[in-house]
This record gives sequence, C-alpha cells and structure tokens, in this order.
Amino acid sequence: MTTTVETATGAAKTMVLNMGPQHPSTHGVLRILLELDGETVVKAVPDLGYLHTGIEKSCEDKTYSQVITLTDRMDYLSPLGNNLVYCLAVEKLLGLEAPKRAQYIRILMVELQRISSHLVWLGTHAIDLGAMSVFLYCFREREEILKIFEMFSGQRMMTSYIRIGGIALEPPAGWRQAVERFLRMMPSRIDEYETLLTENRIWMGRTKGVGYISAEDAVALSMTGPTLRAAGIAYDNRKIFPYSSYEEFAFDVPTRTDSDCFGRYMIRVAEMRESLKIIRQAFDKISDEGPIKADAPGIVPPPREKMKTEMEALIYHFKIFTEGFSPAPGETFVTIESPRGELGCFVASDGSPKPLRVHFRAPSYINLQALPKLIVGQLIADVIACIGTIDIVLGEVDR
Amino acid sequence: MSETVSESTKPSAGVVVEHLRAWNPKAVAEVIEFRGDTTIVVPRELLRGAAERCREDAALQFNLLSDTTCVDRFPLEPRFEMNYQLVSIPRRDRVCLRVRLAGKDPVVDSLIPVWPGANWLEREVFDLFGVRFTGHTDLRRILLPDDWEGYPLRRDYPVEGYRDVPSTGALFRKSTP
Repeated sequence: MTTTVETATGAAKTMVLNMGPQHPSTHGVLRILLELDGETVVKAVPDLGYLHTGIEKSCEDKTYSQVITLTDRMDYLSPLGNNLVYCLAVEKLLGLEAPKRAQYIRILMVELQRISSHLVWLGTHAIDLGAMSVFLYCFREREEILKIFEMFSGQRMMTSYIRIGGIALEPPAGWRQAVERFLRMMPSRIDEYETLLTENRIWMGRTKGVGYISAEDAVALSMTGPTLRAAGIAYDNRKIFPYSSYEEFAFDVPTRTDSDCFGRYMIRVAEMRESLKIIRQAFDKISDEGPIKADAPGIVPPPREKMKTEMEALIYHFKIFTEGFSPAPGETFVTIESPRGELGCFVASDGSPKPLRVHFRAPSYINLQALPKLIVGQLIADVIACIGTIDIVLGEVDR
Repeated sequence: MSETVSESTKPSAGVVVEHLRAWNPKAVAEVIEFRGDTTIVVPRELLRGAAERCREDAALQFNLLSDTTCVDRFPLEPRFEMNYQLVSIPRRDRVCLRVRLAGKDPVVDSLIPVWPGANWLEREVFDLFGVRFTGHTDLRRILLPDDWEGYPLRRDYPVEGYRDVPSTGALFRKSTP
C-alpha cells in the first residue's frame, strides 16, 4: 500500500489528506490519498486491497459446484447476480441450458436483487449527503425483498440460490402472494423517495453538476452500468447481449445526458421502476409446474426421490459431491448486467473437475478507476458524493 | 431482439479476422471458436497494433475494453495467456484477443495508449501473475501490499499460501523463481 503521494504542485502549497480506509462514506475499506489546495482536490490516488481475500485463487481449489458459495461473498449486495454470472459461464462451458421456468425464476430473483441493491445505494448515498430519513425508508423496503429471498432460498443474503443447470429449490408455497404484495407496494414507495429527494434543494445542490464525466472518457475508462447510461450511452447487457431469456421481456433502458451525480441518481430510480416491470412479466411467465433443473445426469444432482429408487441416480449423486464433473477444455466469458454495471465471469477448464481459472470482471473495481477523473477539481465534500455515486462494493473491488 | 443480436455476432468473427489480416498478414496466428465465442490469437509483438486496429477501424469499432485477465497453464509452455475482452457498443459485438507468453519472459505491451481503462486491469494481472506491461505508466501492485513477494495466482503458488512464514517478507521469495 502506498504511504505517500507525489504531489502535483509541490508540498509548500498543498497538503495531503488521508481519507479512509475506516471512513463511513467510503462504503467499506477504501483509502484515498487526496492532495488538497484549500478545499479543492488537486490529485487523488485510490488505494485498495484491504478486503482482498483471494477468491479467484480459492476457486481453483474447489469443484465447479462448490465455487458458487464463494461468488455470493464478492458483491454482497447482489449475491444472486454473482451466482447467475458464474452459473451461466459454467453452463456455457458445458453446453447446457437451464429450463425456461428456471430462467424466469432467475430473472425474478435477479431483478428483485437489483431493486434491493439500488435501495442500499440510495439509502447510503443519501445519508452521506445528510438526508437521514431516506436511509430508513430504503431499508424498510429492502427488508421486504430480503424476506422474499429467505422464503425462496432459506437465506437473506448469501443465498446460493442459482445453481449450475437451474435453481436450488422449487419456489415455496405462498411466493406469489409475497411478490404480488411487494409489486403493489413498491411503486408508491419509489414515489416517496422521489418526493424526499428529487426536487429537494439541498439534494440538488449537492448532486447537480458534481462529478461530471464525458461519455468519451467513461467509455475509454471502461465504465459500465448506470454511470455510463447517465452519460448518454444505452449500454445494457440485458438488451445488447441478452442472457437467461431477457430478450422476451419488454423494458426500457433509461439514459440521460447530464452525467453528474444527480443524473446517476435519476437513472437508478428509473431502473428500479423498470425492474418492477420485468418482475411483473416474470411473475406472469413463471408457470406453476415444470422443471427447475436441466436434465443433465452427472452435473445436476438428482432429486431425492429418485435417489431412493434408482441406483444410477444414487451413483451420480455420490460422484457429483465427491469428485465433481469435468467440462471439456476451453474458456468462456459471460457477462450480465449487475446493479453496478457489466459483471463478467471468465472460466477456463483444463478438463479436470476443478476450474483452471475463474476470473470476475468486477464492475465496482473498474468503475472505481474513474474516481480521480470525477473528483479532481471538486471540493472535498463532493468527494463523498462521487464515491457514493459510482456505487462501489468493496467486497467486489478487492475480491 | 434475438435476431438482431445473432445476426450481428455470428458473421463478425470473420470480419474481425479479415480486417486484422488486411492490416498485417501475420496479425492472426490462430482463430478459436468455442461455444459461439471467437478468440483471436495475436503474436505478442503485434498486440498493440492489432488493438489499435480493432478500436480505430470503422468496420470494427471495439471502443470498450471490457476485461483483461491472465491464465497460467503451468507446467505447459507457453505458460501465460493474456485474454482481452473487447466490446463494440455501436456494433453490439464482442471478441477476445489472446496473446501467449512464455514463462521465462512474461512481458507484453501495455494497452493504456489504446484504452486508458487498461490501467487497473493490467495492474491486477501484474500484481497476481507477475506479467509485466511495457509502456504502463503506473505498474505497481494494486490488491496486495507493496512488499508482498511472489505472485499468488500462479499455479505453482499454493492455495493456502506459505503458512510457516509469519508475515510477508524475505522468506516469501521461495515462491518466485
């Protein structure tokens, strides 16, 4: 980790301030070395790695199915998205496709996850900028989503619900009522947040014109997600490279051209409304009966009943959980649209039951690279707005 | 929606290969098709030129560098494989450029002049694999501490690390040749 920063203007005129790693507004353990001229940022050097846990290395020592539990722990605000991208990459490696019903349930879950992730973002961003009450409202609704997750998977956060070839469990009894209740409640709740913030003078003063980045710079720095869409580029993996049957869903990709903190706020609020549309469609598409796992003996664990009556099923079950399965040698790269941007997963197989390499293209990590571009020339108070606005999760940045 | 995507992704592989060959006949060493993805293996010396071509050519327009990663195939040689995932937002297309690097000399041109976003991606590969990028403006470790010895994502580095060593330091040298 760097301890000093080479000052741009000479030490006599400026001072170096160490922000983080233990600072509530850095949303985790991010450290930034700021060179200040008065209150204006002259130079910023992010310093990361405080939460590096070597997930990619650990993946190489696990079977393909065991890796799923590790993916949950990267972007802990969107574990289902991480499960999904990894499973899609392994399924592509195997040439396997999940049944339609499982794909729709995956979409339902991932879109709920997007709303819950944006809610955490909105709540924490608002609290950073001094709006305390929004945080409480956002977490009230997030709680409802976490209850739905608990219903489906037994877990509130580290769900590991999406598995290779399908999903872990049949949707529970009563899931329709729970999701229906949420879908009825949520639109008015989003209006509530907007009433509190969108035309609030303090909010506008703190976010409008703050943290501007041009579309060219954003693309050159590989930024994706709401930040790129706020710069006017409608790049959304769900539309451009559809996965998991997203091509069957009708929804819009909101874009803006102001490309400041306020624009990114408006984009994320609009995305929550779009997600509600997708959830409604998925809700209607999910049939009450049908397979939730692909028919792939040796890869997808057999149902419990079959294991008790068929010897092959028992053998497959034993083999999956002792030695795993061995995909053909090759490499795949799959991307999805996570709440933070393009989440990619690269999986390389050498024909053994453990992956040769698993790599995640972490949108937080890559978007964070543009932070100095956003904050140089801004006031120190705006640094906090800018960190919040690119929506980083340090678990994913450091992996 | 699905038709437009399949139309634009499928024949593009040929287009990229064609344009790279037109630029330099040696630019394409190998084309790998796997599960509908195209990977173009480029000789190490021509990587930056090929990348520039991919970005600037009006028929290719790969304006976004989505990802960069390395695969260590130890004990096989050439040991390292660098994969660059390119995206063309206007053309809705993807391609992967690959460079193979020998274990004794893992050095390749940096792509920062082509895509400034390559900066942290290359630093991560340098940090975890020890691949060096010539022309990189700020080649420092990024995830690990500055005084860490060894490159943990290499296949000959044990998953559990070196437990007998109390902290990072001189004794970690045994992990690197």
